[in-house]
Amino acid sequence: MWQSTVDWFTYSLLGFSKASVFGGAINFFIYDAIKIVFLLIAINYFMAIVRHYLPVEKIRDFLVSRKFYGADYLLASVFGCITPFCSCSSIPLFVGFLSAKIPLGVTFAFLITSPLVNEAAVAVFLGVWGWKITLLYALAGITVGTISGFVLGKLNLEKQVADFVWQVSVNQAQTANKEQARHSKKTLFRLFSKEAFDITRKIVPYVLIGIAIGALIHGFVPTGYFEKYITKDNIFAVPLAVILAVPMYANATGVIPIIESLVNKGIPLGTALAFMMATVGLSLPEAMILKKVMSIKLLAIFFGLTAFGMTAIGYLFNFVM
Amino acid sequence: MELKVLGPGCANCKKLEANVFEAVARMNVDADIQKIEDIQEIIGYGILSTPGLVVNGKVKVSGRVPSVSEIINILNG
Repeated sequence: MWQSTVDWFTYSLLGFSKASVFGGAINFFIYDAIKIVFLLIAINYFMAIVRHYLPVEKIRDFLVSRKFYGADYLLASVFGCITPFCSCSSIPLFVGFLSAKIPLGVTFAFLITSPLVNEAAVAVFLGVWGWKITLLYALAGITVGTISGFVLGKLNLEKQVADFVWQVSVNQAQTANKEQARHSKKTLFRLFSKEAFDITRKIVPYVLIGIAIGALIHGFVPTGYFEKYITKDNIFAVPLAVILAVPMYANATGVIPIIESLVNKGIPLGTALAFMMATVGLSLPEAMILKKVMSIKLLAIFFGLTAFGMTAIGYLFNFVM
Repeated sequence: MELKVLGPGCANCKKLEANVFEAVARMNVDADIQKIEDIQEIIGYGILSTPGLVVNGKVKVSGRVPSVSEIINILNG
C-alpha cells in the first residue's frame, strides 16, 4: 500500500516516467527515506526509554554483582548492543569497567559489540533488509563481540593496559550520588521525545546520503554488474573486504543502504556484511583514541581478533545464503 | 554554586557546556563553571558515558545533553 502511494507520487504527481532509470531512482529514494526515518524515530524512542531505566552505570553494577562463569562475555556483548556508542565515550567506559573490576575480556566484548550493533543500524537494517537479515546481523555482531572478548580475556593482556587505568579509584560515594530525579509521566514523555528526535535528527543526514547513493546504484548500475568481479568463489574477497574497510570510517546508518544496493547488483551478502562491520567496528580514529589507554600490541590484537571474527561471519553468510 | 562539565571535548560535551552557560545567564546567578577534560578526573566521578554535569560535587546528569530549561530546573534543586 505504501509502495503504491509512493508510485502515485513519483509517477503521477511528479510526472516521472515509470520506464526511466531516474524515475526509478527517485521512487526508490522516497520510498526508503520515509520508511527508514519512521523506523529510526520509533526505535530511538524505544531506546530512550530503555536507557532511562537501564543506564550504563547499572549495567556495570550488574556485571560486577555476581559470578557469571563465562556468561558475562555474552551479557556484556548484548548490553553493548543497547548502549549508544559515541567514540569519545569509549575511554571513560573502558576505564570505568576495568576499575569496577570487570575483566578485560568482558570489557572488550562490550566495546566490540557496541559500535557493531546499535539501534540506529538496526532501524536502517530493518528498513532495507527486513527482520530476518537484521536478526542474523545482530546475532553475528554479538557472536564476534563475545568470542573476540573471550579470546582476549584468555591471553593475559592486563599488562598491556596503561598503568594509570588500574590506579583510578572511583569514589564510590560519588557514584551513589547520581540522583535519579523523579519525573512525572508528562516530563518523562517530553524527555524521551526530545532524546528520540535529537538522535534521529543527527543520524538522518547520513541516512539520506546513503539512501541517495543507494538509489543511484539501484537506478544506474545494471543487475549482476559486480558478479564479474566479486564472486562467492573468490576466497580472498571476504578478508580483502575487511582489510579495505579499516581505513574507511563511515557512519553505519549511511553505509547500510549503499551495501543493500550493491548486494542487489551481485555482491555476495557475506562479503558485503563483512565490509560493513569492519567499516563501522574497526576505525582508525577510534584506534587513536584507545591508544591513550592501551599499548599498540593490545590494540593490534583487539583489531586483529575482531577482523578475524568479521571475516568468519562473512564466510558463514556467503555459505548459508 | 560550583558547576563542572565533564567531557573530553566531543560535540556533545561542547553543547552541554554552552547550555550550562546559557542556563546560568538566564538565572542570573553567580556560578563557577569548569570544563573538566582530564580523563582520570572524569572517571573519578564514576560516570561511564560523557558528557556529565556535576553540581556542587554531585553528578546530576551523565550520558546525555539536558536542555537549558532542564538545567535550570536542576540548578534550582
